[in-house]
Amino acid sequence: MLLKRKLFDKISGAWMVTTLVTILLLPLIIGVGLYFKASPLFEHQSLLTLIGTSEWLPHEGKFGFWPFIASSLYVTLLAFLLSAPVCLLAAIYLTEFSSSRLIKIMHPVIDILAGLPSVIYGVWGILVIVPFVSDVLAPVLNIKSSGYTILAGGIVLAVMCIPYILNMIIEVFRTVPIGMKEASLSLGATEWESVKHVVVKKSYPGIISAFGLGIAKAFGETMAVMMVVGNMVQAKFNPFEAGYPLPALIANNYGEMLSIPMYDSALMFAALLLLVIILVINMVFRYFIYKTRER
Amino acid sequence: MNKAKIIEEKVFRYLSGFATFSLIAMLAFIIVIIFVKGFNSLSLEMVFKTPKGGYYYGGEGGVLNAIIGSLYIALGATIISILIGMPAALYINVHLVRKKRTQNTIRYLLDALWGIPSIVYGAFGFTLMLYLGLNASLLAGIITVALLITPIVVRTFDEVLNTIPKGLHEAGLALGSTKSEMAFKIMFKQGFSGFITAVLLAFGRGIGDAASVLFTAGYTDLIPVNLDEPAATLPLAIFFQLGSPIPEVRERAFAAAAILTIIILVISISARAISKQFSKTNIK
Amino acid sequence: MYTQKIETMTDTIEQANIEVDTTESILKIKSLNVHAGDNHILKNINLEIPKNKITVLLGPSGCGKTTLLKCINKLTDLYKELKVSGNIFIEQDDILNSSTNLPVLRQKMGLLSQRPFPLPVSIYKNVAYGLKLKGIRDNKLIDYSVEKHLRETGLWNEVKNRLHDPATSLSIGQQQRLCLARGLAVKPRIILADEPTSALDPTSSKIIENLFHDLKKHYTIILVTHVLRQAIRLADNVAFMYYGEIVEQGKPEKLFKDPETEKLRKYMLDGN
Repeated sequence: MLLKRKLFDKISGAWMVTTLVTILLLPLIIGVGLYFKASPLFEHQSLLTLIGTSEWLPHEGKFGFWPFIASSLYVTLLAFLLSAPVCLLAAIYLTEFSSSRLIKIMHPVIDILAGLPSVIYGVWGILVIVPFVSDVLAPVLNIKSSGYTILAGGIVLAVMCIPYILNMIIEVFRTVPIGMKEASLSLGATEWESVKHVVVKKSYPGIISAFGLGIAKAFGETMAVMMVVGNMVQAKFNPFEAGYPLPALIANNYGEMLSIPMYDSALMFAALLLLVIILVINMVFRYFIYKTRER
Repeated sequence: MNKAKIIEEKVFRYLSGFATFSLIAMLAFIIVIIFVKGFNSLSLEMVFKTPKGGYYYGGEGGVLNAIIGSLYIALGATIISILIGMPAALYINVHLVRKKRTQNTIRYLLDALWGIPSIVYGAFGFTLMLYLGLNASLLAGIITVALLITPIVVRTFDEVLNTIPKGLHEAGLALGSTKSEMAFKIMFKQGFSGFITAVLLAFGRGIGDAASVLFTAGYTDLIPVNLDEPAATLPLAIFFQLGSPIPEVRERAFAAAAILTIIILVISISARAISKQFSKTNIK
Repeated sequence: MYTQKIETMTDTIEQANIEVDTTESILKIKSLNVHAGDNHILKNINLEIPKNKITVLLGPSGCGKTTLLKCINKLTDLYKELKVSGNIFIEQDDILNSSTNLPVLRQKMGLLSQRPFPLPVSIYKNVAYGLKLKGIRDNKLIDYSVEKHLRETGLWNEVKNRLHDPATSLSIGQQQRLCLARGLAVKPRIILADEPTSALDPTSSKIIENLFHDLKKHYTIILVTHVLRQAIRLADNVAFMYYGEIVEQGKPEKLFKDPETEKLRKYMLDGN
């Protein structure tokens, strides 16, 4: 009987280690796989030309990824600018000013918002945001716009990121010891002043990390953005113009991937770019969080 | 106390309250719109029939192919992710309990892993598919989605296991159980509610994600019968129908969206409810 | 047997404390009740705090003395599950029922917590915090005030060369003195001290206790403690609490020499 148990222990132990190691190696495996697929590209062009140029003519073998990278950056930046203040303010309200009943209601609300699939946000974006941009915002500024724009992408992306960032910031605020708030109030500060000078100040590193991780998530979002962003290869500054972020590039062209030489390598390269950028952002900001938690 | 301070306090109180309530409003808005638009074309036929000839031109049929396809993929992927993710999470919390630094490093890597977007998994899945000689099929879709959701299972389950007091650990070992017995019998039971949450979350993700199945699962009007056949998925059904030039087809996309939303809502709400239910028998 | 023990203790008291005479009270607590759900945490508290004396709230853990202290500067607002009713008069204002002046009223009291809670800023900014809240902008005035209050708590010489270092770089004993200096900078009338030495080593504790002896000339101190000996060392006036009620109160010599209630007698025995 004991032998059986020991055997089970050994086998399951081995299985557990195997699974853990495999999971941890996953990003590496993915990176290597994508790299191999993308490597034909490097024979003709250097990394710099790939990332820095804007000529996108797959039929001629010209792959300048810059417009896509720029679109991704632009849409992500917009999403960040729109979501960051909302998250910060809502987190402050929920932890400092509201009743505990409200927090109980908010938890499922945030969970559901976080769980809604990207397509659903995309559908909503098409139904609501795109007309909003073309029929409401654009006329106000005297611009003509189809609505399928970077701005629409930014707005939809912002709404998608809010649940994640909000949850993280609330967690960070909760780590501020209540004694510090008591100290601030005892010195004659109002609740808002205590929030400003104590809670938010103490939470700076955590807040920045939350933002960083939200940005990383926004960078990789595919479906919702793709459905509203217009998908035109250009790198313009006007948010009322269409854009073409990296994930959309990959998703839109998989059908033609195999018919044009090196197109598949190009798309795999785009995926590799995404992987590397997001992994780097994630690792940097997670490291930040771990460092501050230890203190 | 001067006027400026009072005004500043009032302004920020209102602003932050507004931000909070607008979030609730946003959720309501999204769900309501999807349902309103979707219910117009939602019918029993939509849910229970596969597309007949001419469906994409406004003909008869429904999205049963996509519903079943999504369920198959999500189920298959969830099973794989449990088989791989559960032992990994248990290992971190049982065998590595003494090595805090290793634990922290592993958790750090897991968190970084969690951020990889689904399109990257999709692209990789595609590469893998070609490498293994698979077609765009149910199997390829299941493998890719499994890759996507395993980190979710590991991370969620790990977080719950981490909160289990060490005393339980030591008690188990003191009573003579081997590490694996401890893991599966004691820790697992105690963390069961977290396990259920992790599984439900992963399943929800598996059903709703489009980017990972885009390249790998293919699309078909039929319900797949074996692993080698392509499978339709709800998110893609929505996406493709939305792009149709025919208005009736577009309306059906909204109906499909409503179906998907309902599924996700059910999963989200039951995840919370079930986890509360199961944690009642736990030691605090 | 216990009479012998009490006699040795009261000898200590008589050596430690000066003869106390009746003085005016600076704080009046009337019919204070605090509930948390079904729990009745503070039951009909009536207490008067005399000016320029150290009043000790003594009692076993969980008797409500910290809650009582937190009522005095209405920190109970932070704990949404607490329902507070009654009156607490500081000079002419009732802090429990006056919402307009709350931060100003709070500045009449300074808080020293069990664990030091320095604000996440430099040593200098910690002490200057209260002044900045009052709207004082004159840097020279702030410099002067910071130095004065750091000297008052004996910290000046230890920190004068690193005023702009983060407050967390100080040792725990120094941090607690910093918190005291910070509280004194807003010129309170009353110092609310919640077991201020419980996290400190004996040397730092002694420093704080000596400070209290000096400070009571200018401030009124309400000290919460569950350490009997500390109460004996410091108290001019004692309120013994037991499960939310003030069971006995009065001058320490009387109280400790001849406790009226069985509860206090038992507490003193256990405390020895």
